[in-house]
Amino acid sequence: MATSATAHAHAAPQGFIRKYIFSLDHKVIGLQYFFLALTAVWVGMFLSLLMRIHLIFPAASLPLVGEIKPETYLSLLTMHGTIMVFFVLTTAPQGGFGNYFLPIQIGAPDMAFPVLNMLSFWTTFVGFVVILAAFFVQGGAPLHGWTGYPPLSALQSAGPGEGLGADLWITSIAIFCLASLMGALNFLTTTLDMRAKGMTMMRMPLTVWSWFITAILGLLAFGVLLSAGILLLMDRNLGTSFYVPLVVVNGQIMGHKGGSPLLWQHLFWFFGHPEVYIAILPGMGVTSQILSTFSRKPIFGYKAMVYAMLSIGFFGFMVWGHHMFMSGMSPYSAFAFSLLTMCIGVPSAIKTFNWLGTMYKARIRFQTPMLYAIGFVSLFVSGGLSGPFLAQPVLDIQLHDTYFVVGHFHLIMGVAAIFGMFAATYYWFPKMFGRMMNETWGRVHFFITLIGTYAIFMPMHYLGIAGGTRRYSQYTEVAYLTKLMPIHQFMTYAAIITISAQFIFVINLFWSMFKGPKASDNPWESTTLEWTTTTPPPHDNFGA
Amino acid sequence: MGLALLVVIWLITLASTYFFVAKTWWLPVGAAEAAGFIDGQFALTLVLMGIVFLAAQLSLGYFAWRYREQPSSPPVDYSHGSVKLELVWTVLTTVLFVGLNLMGSRVWASQRFDQAGPGAVQVEVTGMQFAWYFRYPGPDGKYAPTSVKLMDPSAGGEAALGLNTSDPDEDDVVTGTMYLPVDREVDVSLRSVDVIHSFFVPSLRFKQDAVPGLNIHMHFKPTAIGEYEILCAELCGLGHYKMHGMVHVVSQEDFNQWLAAREAEKH
Repeated sequence: MATSATAHAHAAPQGFIRKYIFSLDHKVIGLQYFFLALTAVWVGMFLSLLMRIHLIFPAASLPLVGEIKPETYLSLLTMHGTIMVFFVLTTAPQGGFGNYFLPIQIGAPDMAFPVLNMLSFWTTFVGFVVILAAFFVQGGAPLHGWTGYPPLSALQSAGPGEGLGADLWITSIAIFCLASLMGALNFLTTTLDMRAKGMTMMRMPLTVWSWFITAILGLLAFGVLLSAGILLLMDRNLGTSFYVPLVVVNGQIMGHKGGSPLLWQHLFWFFGHPEVYIAILPGMGVTSQILSTFSRKPIFGYKAMVYAMLSIGFFGFMVWGHHMFMSGMSPYSAFAFSLLTMCIGVPSAIKTFNWLGTMYKARIRFQTPMLYAIGFVSLFVSGGLSGPFLAQPVLDIQLHDTYFVVGHFHLIMGVAAIFGMFAATYYWFPKMFGRMMNETWGRVHFFITLIGTYAIFMPMHYLGIAGGTRRYSQYTEVAYLTKLMPIHQFMTYAAIITISAQFIFVINLFWSMFKGPKASDNPWESTTLEWTTTTPPPHDNFGA
Repeated sequence: MGLALLVVIWLITLASTYFFVAKTWWLPVGAAEAAGFIDGQFALTLVLMGIVFLAAQLSLGYFAWRYREQPSSPPVDYSHGSVKLELVWTVLTTVLFVGLNLMGSRVWASQRFDQAGPGAVQVEVTGMQFAWYFRYPGPDGKYAPTSVKLMDPSAGGEAALGLNTSDPDEDDVVTGTMYLPVDREVDVSLRSVDVIHSFFVPSLRFKQDAVPGLNIHMHFKPTAIGEYEILCAELCGLGHYKMHGMVHVVSQEDFNQWLAAREAEKH
């Protein structure tokens, strides 16, 4: 391994551009991913704020977008979902923290392919610019939701935003897939080939395992989404009919014949379900790491944790059909998908059990990273336990495409994953920037955010049980839905407070970067390799 | 800090649980045969998941407080875990999850594997941006042929579905409101002409996507007279939120009268 490490060594760059812009250093690239995701999360959060305000004040004119028409609302929802899933939940945990810390934690001087690493970041960046461009073209951003089901997403005449906006949306996702494939390849090679002497697989920190398994999922899933996206672009622009049968839109016969709308759903969810684990696995890894460090104990059941993550990754590819129980797919396959989905609950339960086991008979220290790790466990439990409802096709009849689903996936792959990112930020900030973040404001930020996220997403379950359908720009057209407005009002006010509290985080982040107290090399008394090197780490990580 | 966590996590947990138990917002009253089982299975799942939810969240809060570091706390219990506990926990959750799944599958099978019985009322439901159309086969018991070339949504009704209105043999009844006789099985044939829609009647515990290119047969049995709302549950475009309809479940006599009146209007 020493030979491969030397083979990949490159001298420290001198100029500003090679050092900070087109850098080959995994640490700089990690920070670039981190700041890209931080930008994206504010865009995504702003879109959700507009949606929440519109739902309770349908007639209000809002900043930047003006009056919100039904199609505006749907494009907000589409862009919110797409930006959050790809450019936040996939970008920060893996591209950001994974890039920065995976090589250091296995004792490597850099990633296996530094140039590929740089390319993968800049490709992601281009993808982000392309998706933002969809807001500004004629017709605006697409309205087909982040899942982009054809024929709606395949036909220009199916609605506003389905013209150039939809083409840019697909193109951006295709670019993102390419970037993620490059990243996944790099993570896998680095983990397999660049480990320091003595760092066997079963000695790797759980964070490294989580990034490694995420990379396997990425490699297998993004290729499928890329192909699916190209076929959709062809249906839209070259007159093919992969996804579109003979349809009549608004009295006009479209020129397609024989395509299958369900084909897209199969391909999309073959990517889409593993994507859930791509978002959450790194959060699981960092939570395990932090719980162990701040409990002053080794992780409870290390091997069980590794096997649990491997089986989550394995089963993750066999459950995509549970998104399609109501789609017209064969009811027999629904039966199989349902059983496999229930099975994937088991390793998730094992993980929760082990996190509690780690805290049992410990001496817990409560710095902000630990608060967020505990918050992660709480949200993971709450989001996870609505899964067995949705995994049963008979219950999905009532709950599918209601706010129950929205509450479920936001808790587990949205805010739980984001709590993982907050935990990681507060935890690794001293190593990345050489200074400490403010503890008091960290705690204030934590408690408002924890209570706030529950106040936003728990009521969605009640709304869904009562038949509250999702993706409705207004709740005024159906008699029984209007009665559910008080829940919407409560969620909107909770969202306004929670989003405001995020300024505390950002101010703390940037203030501490320049003004925080200097950090020691190992402020949390942790045991992994990044804490054995200087703060911040030198160009080749260990000053060899 | 341990105490603060305990209080916050416990309060969140108990408040969340309260609204599930108090049923402040709940499933609409069921008006179909399947409602009894679905609601029962929902309640059972809720109780089981509720127990796990309370146990996990309450212990999380308790552990945070109980095992906080204090000058007086004992040294940590240095443990790498327990294979026996892991195995017991794994087996328990597997039995719980798979058991729940198998219980629900019987009703799923009866609804989706089997065909509707021979005496079922035939209704074709067609989704179109942004309206639902309902077609009854008329006295001959057969749906008349449709053609995409004849489709004219602006004319509504039969023309919207592409029926040949000048054909004297065409006796189908097309309406914008669904009428169904109570306590009789309904054989629904679901279609869409443009994008994917989803036919959702919360009170009848019924939902199924309408997919262009597919003709999906489903069956259910309404069991209570009343008027129930129909929604679209699959994002279908800018009018998705107002793609709304009504189903009137009436007595068999009222249904016969209503259908006869619609047929009479045609001729």
